[in-house]
Amino acid sequence: MSAAEQFTDPDDAPLYVARKEVYPQAVSGVFRTIKWTVLCVTLGIYYFLPFVRWYRGPNAPDQAVLIDFPSRRFYFFFIEIWPQEFYYVTGLLVLAALVLFLMNAVAGRVWCGYLCPQTVWTDLFYAVERLIEGDRRERMKKDDGPWSVEHAAQKVLKHSIWLMIAWWTGGAWVLYFADAPTIVRELATFSAPAAAYIWIGILTATTYVFAGHMREQVCLYMCPWPRIQAALTDEHALNVMYRYDRGEPRMSLKKSEQAKAAALPAGDCIDCNQCVAVCPTGVDIRHGAQLGCIQCGLCIDACDNVMAKVGRPSGLIGYDTDANAKRREELLEPVYKIIRPRTVLYAGLIVAIGTLMLATLLGRASLGITALHDRNPIFVKLADGSVRNAYTVRLTNKSQEERVYRLELVGLPDGARIEAVGTHPSGERAVLVEVGHDRTRELRVLVTLPKGGDAASLPLAFRLIDISTGAQASVDDFFKGTGS
Amino acid sequence: MSAQHEHFDRVTGKTTTGHEWDGIRELNNPLPRWWLMVFYVCIAWTPIYMIAPYVLPSNRITNIFFSFPTRSEIETDIAALRATRGESMVQLASADPAAIIGDPKLLGVARALGKAAFGTNCAPCHGQGAQGAKAYPNLNDDQWLWGGTLADIKQTITHGIRNENPESRVGQMPAFGRDGLLPKADIPHVAAYVRTLSGRTTEGAYDLKKGATLFSENCAACHGDAGKGNSDVGAPNLTADIWLYGGDMNAIVETVTNGRGGVMPGWASRLDEATVNALTVYVHTLGGGR
Repeated sequence: MSAAEQFTDPDDAPLYVARKEVYPQAVSGVFRTIKWTVLCVTLGIYYFLPFVRWYRGPNAPDQAVLIDFPSRRFYFFFIEIWPQEFYYVTGLLVLAALVLFLMNAVAGRVWCGYLCPQTVWTDLFYAVERLIEGDRRERMKKDDGPWSVEHAAQKVLKHSIWLMIAWWTGGAWVLYFADAPTIVRELATFSAPAAAYIWIGILTATTYVFAGHMREQVCLYMCPWPRIQAALTDEHALNVMYRYDRGEPRMSLKKSEQAKAAALPAGDCIDCNQCVAVCPTGVDIRHGAQLGCIQCGLCIDACDNVMAKVGRPSGLIGYDTDANAKRREELLEPVYKIIRPRTVLYAGLIVAIGTLMLATLLGRASLGITALHDRNPIFVKLADGSVRNAYTVRLTNKSQEERVYRLELVGLPDGARIEAVGTHPSGERAVLVEVGHDRTRELRVLVTLPKGGDAASLPLAFRLIDISTGAQASVDDFFKGTGS
Repeated sequence: MSAQHEHFDRVTGKTTTGHEWDGIRELNNPLPRWWLMVFYVCIAWTPIYMIAPYVLPSNRITNIFFSFPTRSEIETDIAALRATRGESMVQLASADPAAIIGDPKLLGVARALGKAAFGTNCAPCHGQGAQGAKAYPNLNDDQWLWGGTLADIKQTITHGIRNENPESRVGQMPAFGRDGLLPKADIPHVAAYVRTLSGRTTEGAYDLKKGATLFSENCAACHGDAGKGNSDVGAPNLTADIWLYGGDMNAIVETVTNGRGGVMPGWASRLDEATVNALTVYVHTLGGGR
């Protein structure tokens, strides 16, 4: 390195690399079929799930999946989540992360290659592009050459279809936040809330820009997952790999025949570059595992097709592990270790957290009670010398019918009374209270102690009993007397 | 900053501004061009922003750039908010407080609105939790100077106590000592007797019999023979051990000597009917309502 180079100001180095347009070529094969299937299933779920109905009773919405912000409820088939139960969503995210880790430990970037929305929508946009503008070579030629009316018309058509898909994508999103058939009608008649149009606009824009224009750059520059997964993988994880031991030295078909005739080494790779041509991120898998490789398996299909044509065994590119790559070089049999400490740990955590969530979800009570002791004043002395404490009690009825609850005072010496405005007395120590379906009711509960109110603090509990089912909930609190 | 003073700094490879203070020079780090341009554009925009809203007509296009809410617009917004609350507010304004308590939905609205209105209007004297203070009654207990029924509470909130409003509550405790209605020496005997009404005893030589006689002659007219009070004139029940001005000997002697008479404004002129009803229900349901 010369002195001049050494002192070159690093600030002068460009931080931006111009994008190389990627023109992935169409390919058919096992992995392409898997990708089409996943694309149809995932997009089908996304676009049509809001229209699935799920009957929950006359008072609740009948949409299977609904995030109901105005009434603060989240419905997912048989599950109804209240805002204070948002930790279930946290649990779901923890589960999702662990599933990603497990997928990564077993078979690398399964998420990136097949399931990620960026991959799925980009794949769909590429399909539209191919349908209208033709395959790789045609498109490269057209983009390189001068503009023609036909080319311009194709571009307009392509972008129009892209925008329509993007618009449908944004449209489907808002259907999850309101009754789908209703909001579709409202959208069509321009009577939907402004927020619906704004969100459709935002998601149309992001879909169009991400899937139509940014494509692999999202994976290369924006997404943190490739970086994280690099830390999660190990030598036993299956990854899309090129078999160096078989492929090298690569050379054309003709040369390899000459080499073989001369008893020189010749690999199976004929350097046809088909694996690069079909790659949606434009990488060369023969350079090994890399950030840009989303492991979609399309190069496997391309290579297998070529190998079949030239009469060589398939699998020159395929799912393999780092450990096996080493073993093959040492001429050892490959070993596959799916069951390893890390996969067992991930799977165990998934099962444990899933079971815990399911158990708490199924064991949820349909009623609930919380109590907040008045602080100001902490106690009140009444004219007859008795002492009273007031509590703000909130009763929750998660069922879809109005329920009558019995609110009981537990603890405290004899003579203690419970009262609450708007309820019906049921003896000295209980009141009956109606709570409407799927809602809470706040009560001001007064507890009066005629004698013994000079104690500093006495424990008590409020017990709530659903008269129709016998279900119970209770909350502990204190009675504060005049003593200090 | 003249060019001859400009100095090239060898360490950083940059020039200085040409200013020098005791040998200290300042590196010339000009603001980024884009930043400077934004700054100039903002300066240019300022007079437009200050003048245009008052000159240009208010329409959909100018409102994108200059949208200052006017007083009338805010009034419209408030009216719209009232309309949104609508039905419940109309019901609150027209319903009888007892009917409000009977309707769980209306009760909830009334208590929420009442709590907010209480915090704004009543808490400065009665306390945030209506716990009261000396001379300001605790509204949580069941001891009422002017009556604890819904009608009584509403009357008190609406017209107030001892103010210029002709319908306000009136009643005056005379200053027995100051005005010479009672000899000063007799007052402690009355005070000691009053304390016995709520079961309190007082150390010292007080003639309770004399106190009782003085009480029936001077105090019973308002407080009743048994000292049970009279809410028509705001005379407190002296048999309950709850003291607005303190229940010790000194406080009672002072009360008898100088009289007492707290005041409260009437709220009808400041609060609408719905709020008054909500406050009535809120105060009543604090626990002491009768």
